[in-house]
Amino acid sequence: MLRYMIMAREFDTAMLRLYRQGKAFGGVYSQLGNEAVSVGSALALDRTKDVLFPMHRNIGGHFVFGQTLDQLMLNHLARQGSQMRGTDGTGHYADPALRIYGNVSHLGAMIPVAAGFSLADKLRGVTTVSMTYIGDGGAQVGEVHEALNFASVHKIPLILIIENNQYAYSTPNSMEFACERLSDRAVGYGMAGATIDGTDVELVYTTCSEAVDHARKGLGPTLIETVTMRMRGHAEHDDFSYVPKELLEEWSAKDPVERYIDRLIDDGVVTREETDELRASILNDMIASIDRALEHPWPAAEEGLKNVFMSTAGEGH
Amino acid sequence: MQMTYLEAIADALRVEMRRDERVFMIGEDIGTYGGAFKLTKGFLDEFGPSRIIDAPISEAAIIGASIGAALNGMRPVAEMQFMDFVTNGFNQIVTVAGTTAYRWAIPVPMVVRGPSGGGVGANPFHSRNSEAWFVHATGIKVVCPAFPDDAKGLMMASIRDNDPVVFYEHKGLYRKIKGDVPEGEYIVPLGKARVVRQGSDVSVICYGSAVHMALAAAEAVAAEGINVEVVDIRTLVPFDEETVLASVRKTGRAVVAHEAVLTGGFGGEIAARIADKAFSYLDAPVKRVAAFDAPTPFAPTLEQAVLPNSDIIANTIRATCSF
Repeated sequence: MLRYMIMAREFDTAMLRLYRQGKAFGGVYSQLGNEAVSVGSALALDRTKDVLFPMHRNIGGHFVFGQTLDQLMLNHLARQGSQMRGTDGTGHYADPALRIYGNVSHLGAMIPVAAGFSLADKLRGVTTVSMTYIGDGGAQVGEVHEALNFASVHKIPLILIIENNQYAYSTPNSMEFACERLSDRAVGYGMAGATIDGTDVELVYTTCSEAVDHARKGLGPTLIETVTMRMRGHAEHDDFSYVPKELLEEWSAKDPVERYIDRLIDDGVVTREETDELRASILNDMIASIDRALEHPWPAAEEGLKNVFMSTAGEGH
Repeated sequence: MQMTYLEAIADALRVEMRRDERVFMIGEDIGTYGGAFKLTKGFLDEFGPSRIIDAPISEAAIIGASIGAALNGMRPVAEMQFMDFVTNGFNQIVTVAGTTAYRWAIPVPMVVRGPSGGGVGANPFHSRNSEAWFVHATGIKVVCPAFPDDAKGLMMASIRDNDPVVFYEHKGLYRKIKGDVPEGEYIVPLGKARVVRQGSDVSVICYGSAVHMALAAAEAVAAEGINVEVVDIRTLVPFDEETVLASVRKTGRAVVAHEAVLTGGFGGEIAARIADKAFSYLDAPVKRVAAFDAPTPFAPTLEQAVLPNSDIIANTIRATCSF
């Protein structure tokens, strides 16, 4: 768990550095502050049976599900060898062998898709839990409502985590919704729901494990709101000056990675030296992986003219 | 075997569901009720509730869940109670289904089908011909059958296709058109036009309900000595350009007709391809017949004023031939 937490954090650090160097283009969506949600929730799944539909601030889950650093870098940087051939970037890829299906930029659009993935197995008599995510902003999209209601009616083993990181781009919670807690909506769908501290990885893991058990018993979907703070802008071009400094200070005291490390040290599980060492070695892996990725050329231009249809896959224009 | 257009579609679905257990249907009121047009009557009894799924009024969830099931190896057929309501699931088709092959190289073998079209006094929200939207979306196949045998054969081909297909059934043809339909498995490949009437003077390029208008127009002008060729393109994506161009090169004149509105309609694309690739064969400008650019109205007088018909096609043929 600790390794994944640090990997999630250092991947972010690496991407921010690349963005500043002009080597990562498009949107770089930091998950700083969201590591516990991503790692804790993915660890609650059985990655040989279940399926992960991550959102853009869930890099930790990719590692938990076995994605290699090198492949993830190529995908993010859209270099030759990317699983999307350069047609798209960031974490939007799918890797069926690893049971990872990435998101699209239209928030909420993949939630009915995740429900349908589990529905297919339900029709075969198999229980496959789909874990997916949305932000406090994206949770206001109509498709989220349709997907949750549909999943609850059909008792689909779907878990939706609403990552409430206080802001939808620049819009605060108060301008997004009027209910007290986003998990209150679970009542309206007739499904299980909970709101938890999203900076506590063990709590996230425990809560999600309960939701997974619930789903495996055939009791249907669960809606979990994880309360966190987005510690960067919407993407790296955004200076997030609209966020009060005090709020960021308050939340930085609850940094999910530092908090977990401190707890493990307090409990005598690890020493500071060991965690520092782990961190340094992960950072070295990141840098080496970035160097390898940047040695890859851009994908061949003709890739852009291929594979619009499966029936003509590989055929050019 | 003689079947109506509606029976032919139901037959295709039944044959595929019996043959391939990955095929299932999902939609509103398709189970116990048998569908708003009774197309799936008896399906629930035969296939059971896990393969004939009654869904809430949630087109995005119906189509989105179909995409997810397709990613997981199934072959879902999603029914829109009226094709007009596909607008509520538009994002799923365009954003997710239509980009998946390109981005992921993973098949989304899904069919979204339902009744479209006007002429039945149904109002602006139960009459639309929206097929051109999906042509413009990229990554989506678009099918518009005109005859019972084609409706069956194209439906079976659509279900077996590895790309997402939007299948436009014309509700005005459901019980009006009857024809001989092969029994059992019958495939009409996507992307092949059908010359439904041989002629030498002018080609009418059309699809869906407009094919029947064109055939009636062809009969009307035959008495005047005009020999009309009618080409039913059957599928808009993939588009059988070769058959269309071959016909126009033979006749030297082209009228393009569809029931959908004129501007931005697929007829414009057909006309452009003809102008681009058969210009030197043309003896007259390519003319288009389509609906007036308006929603399809409710009152019969207004609806008749908005939609195209065989008289307009006949007059356009005459004008083209006397150019």
